[in-house]
Amino acid sequence: MAADVQVDAKGLNCPMPIVKTAQAIKGLTSGQLLEVLATDPGSVKDFAAWAKTTGNELVEQTVDGGVYRFVMRKK
Amino acid sequence: MTTEAEATPRGLAIICYSGELEKTWAAMILASTAAAMGMPTKVFVTFWGLQTFVKPEKRVTGKNWMQKMLSIMSRPGIAHRKLSKMNFLGMGPWMMFQLAKQYGVSKPAELLEAAAAMGVEFVPCQMTMDMFGLTREDLIDGMGEPVGAATYLSYVAEGSAPIFI
Repeated sequence: MAADVQVDAKGLNCPMPIVKTAQAIKGLTSGQLLEVLATDPGSVKDFAAWAKTTGNELVEQTVDGGVYRFVMRKK
Repeated sequence: MTTEAEATPRGLAIICYSGELEKTWAAMILASTAAAMGMPTKVFVTFWGLQTFVKPEKRVTGKNWMQKMLSIMSRPGIAHRKLSKMNFLGMGPWMMFQLAKQYGVSKPAELLEAAAAMGVEFVPCQMTMDMFGLTREDLIDGMGEPVGAATYLSYVAEGSAPIFI
């Protein structure tokens, strides 16, 4: 799934992956996809919570060698 | 799910009372994250918390000698917060910042900048400004009009969740 915008939050700790995601998604239009890469294990629960509260859809979530990848569709 | 997604989440109303490093950090994490969650967020800055919001270039603030002495004894500005325990003349905060860097944790000043950029409103307490002899010019740019406790409580009365730090 190809994202429209990618945010590299690798190496960043709470709450910066979420803060950077919120800032990046502002620039997208409804339906566009945002991909975030993170290394913070807490981000797995945090991205689910963020998506639930903001209404943006978490469409894909994978982990590869300690890098978490989240794909979200802007509401 | 659609109705839930359409609704604006509940707001957050933080009282930033402490000027201690660890509590300032917590307040800035919550303010920036709440804004990222789409929660309308206001931070009422009062008592020692207001020292955090003095412009970095200000060293001595206040009009009378007691107000000036207080600012000399406890340096204002977000970069000069002390730990409530184990400050050890700045060794404690220095180690905290080294660890923060090592673990990718943003400093309070960076979180404040992110929070402000995402629309968090920082509102100074008029009474504290009077008592400490602070002017709006002493405070960082972009803060709201100085208000009192009633204005803070009106945020809570209107549904925002209160947090006291």
